[in-house]
Amino acid sequence: MIKNSDFKICFSVMTILTILVGLFQSWGIALSMLNLCLISAVMAMGVNIQWGFAGLINFGVMGFLAIGGLATVLISVPPVPEAWSAGGIGILISGLFLFSVVFSVLIINKRLPNHKYKNYFIFLIIILSIPLLKFIAGPSISRIESINAATSGFLGGANLPIIFSWFVGAILCALVAFVVGKVCLGLRSDYLAISTLLVSGIIITIVKHEEWLSRGVKNVIGLKRPVPYEVDLQNSEWFIKLVEFLNSSKLSNVLDFDERASFLNQLVISSSGVFVKLCFSLIFLAVVLIILYFSEKALNSPWGRMMRAIRDNEEAAKAMGKNVVKQHLFIFMLGSAIIGFAGAMLVTYDGLFTPSSYQPLRYTFLIWVMVLLGGTGNNYGAILGGFVVWFIWIQSAPFALLVINILTSHLDETNYIKEHLLNSVPYFRYLMMGLGLLLVMRYRPKGLLPEKIIKN
Amino acid sequence: MDFLNSIILLTNFIIVPGITYGSQLALGAIGVTLIYGVLRFANFAYGDLMAFGTMIVILVTWFLQSKGITFGLLPTALLALPVGILLTIAVSLFFDKTVFEYYRNKKSDPVTFIVVSLGIMFVLNAVVRIIIGPNDINFMDGHKFIMKAREFKQMTGLNEGLALKSTQVITLITTIITCSILFYFLNKTKTGKSMRAYSNNEDLALLSGIDPKKIVLLTWIIVSILATVAGTLYGLDKSFKPFTYFNNLLPIFAATIVGGIGNPLGAFYGGFLIAFSEIGLTYAYKKFFKYIMPETLEPSTLIQFISTDYKFAISFAILIVVLIFRPNGIFKGKVI
Repeated sequence: MIKNSDFKICFSVMTILTILVGLFQSWGIALSMLNLCLISAVMAMGVNIQWGFAGLINFGVMGFLAIGGLATVLISVPPVPEAWSAGGIGILISGLFLFSVVFSVLIINKRLPNHKYKNYFIFLIIILSIPLLKFIAGPSISRIESINAATSGFLGGANLPIIFSWFVGAILCALVAFVVGKVCLGLRSDYLAISTLLVSGIIITIVKHEEWLSRGVKNVIGLKRPVPYEVDLQNSEWFIKLVEFLNSSKLSNVLDFDERASFLNQLVISSSGVFVKLCFSLIFLAVVLIILYFSEKALNSPWGRMMRAIRDNEEAAKAMGKNVVKQHLFIFMLGSAIIGFAGAMLVTYDGLFTPSSYQPLRYTFLIWVMVLLGGTGNNYGAILGGFVVWFIWIQSAPFALLVINILTSHLDETNYIKEHLLNSVPYFRYLMMGLGLLLVMRYRPKGLLPEKIIKN
Repeated sequence: MDFLNSIILLTNFIIVPGITYGSQLALGAIGVTLIYGVLRFANFAYGDLMAFGTMIVILVTWFLQSKGITFGLLPTALLALPVGILLTIAVSLFFDKTVFEYYRNKKSDPVTFIVVSLGIMFVLNAVVRIIIGPNDINFMDGHKFIMKAREFKQMTGLNEGLALKSTQVITLITTIITCSILFYFLNKTKTGKSMRAYSNNEDLALLSGIDPKKIVLLTWIIVSILATVAGTLYGLDKSFKPFTYFNNLLPIFAATIVGGIGNPLGAFYGGFLIAFSEIGLTYAYKKFFKYIMPETLEPSTLIQFISTDYKFAISFAILIVVLIFRPNGIFKGKVI
């Protein structure tokens, strides 16, 4: 794997970008950029598995990311016993009811395959079940939401280590993808794009408004971490010793004892932040490498060959006896699971879950730009895309600021146009993304690192 | 009396808003469907094209207002509309020349077109936010209400009021005018017929001597007009915010597909279907039943099918139901 030139390009770009930002801005910024790049890379790999390997267009990335995020809440947050005793049973009963509705729909679908009124019957059941569900769950939901509305007002989670939630997020996403895939995967490419986009809209609406589950727009803050907290680090002896050791030359220049102590204190505070981010980086890097390894293995296996065959010529693959529908569903679930994993990672890194922040532009289309820019069908391309696009996304505001300042340097400070442009600096990132995507699609339609055609 | 009251109640809270919102969606959906029918791709940049057109209208409105020109009782934005339309057409044609034409000549697959339209979406998104900012802008001026609820109550002596905003009437009238011209054009004129022929069967149309360049040009012009008009009407009725316009793309897509993608008449009905189901299913009918039911049977709950939070989700759910049972849409799609 190391011999692969794409691998080298990919990771040298990543190292260079991080070091550049570290040198010119600060190591804290560099590491947080690196972390988000790594998370983006995982997302991009998930989309790349669906789009690059199988040619399935999934514009529902945002929804799966939100489900992954929801998983962190459901797994890591301590449960709220009062809420459980107030409305837990009601929620469980309505869950059972929902389950029985789904089950009966499935039974009808299976037992009466050719009945004239089958579809109307199913439709009727679903339509009737919605008000009934509200009737059953409504009182318990309002009871749960009224308990400590300002601080909790939801059921809480399972109080497990947050790392578990990454896997749970992936499993949840795979389950949702199974349902979505059953409904949507038969559609033609552009219909699939639109319908997955709309499904992700529904998912976001649910996560946003079911406050008993996710606190909705009230957000969940202070999530657990898989790495130590800054405050604990600052008080632990080994960390202070480590900082002292690393900065011994700087410290030895300061002669006064008090000054030296305060200087050390400052160093400890600033490096505790960097250390935490570094821990995150190591975990994320490990995730990226593991997924990359398996993804590459899969791509070069007979299964990967079959997927490419299905992508390139569905009819021929069907004629060769491949079950296209089943494989599509499987790869849709697989890709969505990876996206959900990334969603849980993102929420873990942020330490808070804000359902209202999920917007298609940032969480669906930006990920797509990463895949298309990096190289469809090439895992390294997806990783590179994740890095480059996130780098541009973060750095385009300072860059635009610089350009505007140069271009308008002859204008007065209070000039209306200059002020207006300076206020709109954050939006230049959209412009950069759009132009970047258009240029790549025109001049390098296969992306920066095109797919390698493997010949046996 | 109670019966009349209940009718007025429904008119005020469901029918009037439904018709207004439905008209706006319908205009948008016809635009999307035309692009799909003639140029054969789903244009994700459409919401932002609407935002762009509306932005120009707002800027011209501000300019006119600063010169002291208003349109009397009507909003000044209507005067600014032609300028907005012209600039939107220019932008559409610019993107067609620089971006879409290349892929059309290469006969790229629909997915490439979608991806490219995403790029344009990003660019337009940025342009609108850079020029006018991301904030809510209210540019409605002129006479606000045709009839206020209180006046209606005094006039008729009923308990329930019927409020009629002038923007609602303007929306309805503009939609009727625009759609009648459009459908006359598509069904009766030679150019319109050639456009439908091109959409129906490209090769056959080429054989009959229809100039594809002219058809494409015409489509972009019509689409830009529709986008600007729909965007301006929506902005007048509610307010202008770039993000809302981007979000409106989703119900517009739903309306397009529900009505049968590529079918303008279907898109028209689809818009109203989506609008009425969104409003009708989230309305709390408690008061309505209070009027028509005898007192002993008065409801204790809100009688609301689903909470207002799920307004957007309803249109998506309808779309998914339609996709499962009638993938071609309620009206048969892919012919304009």
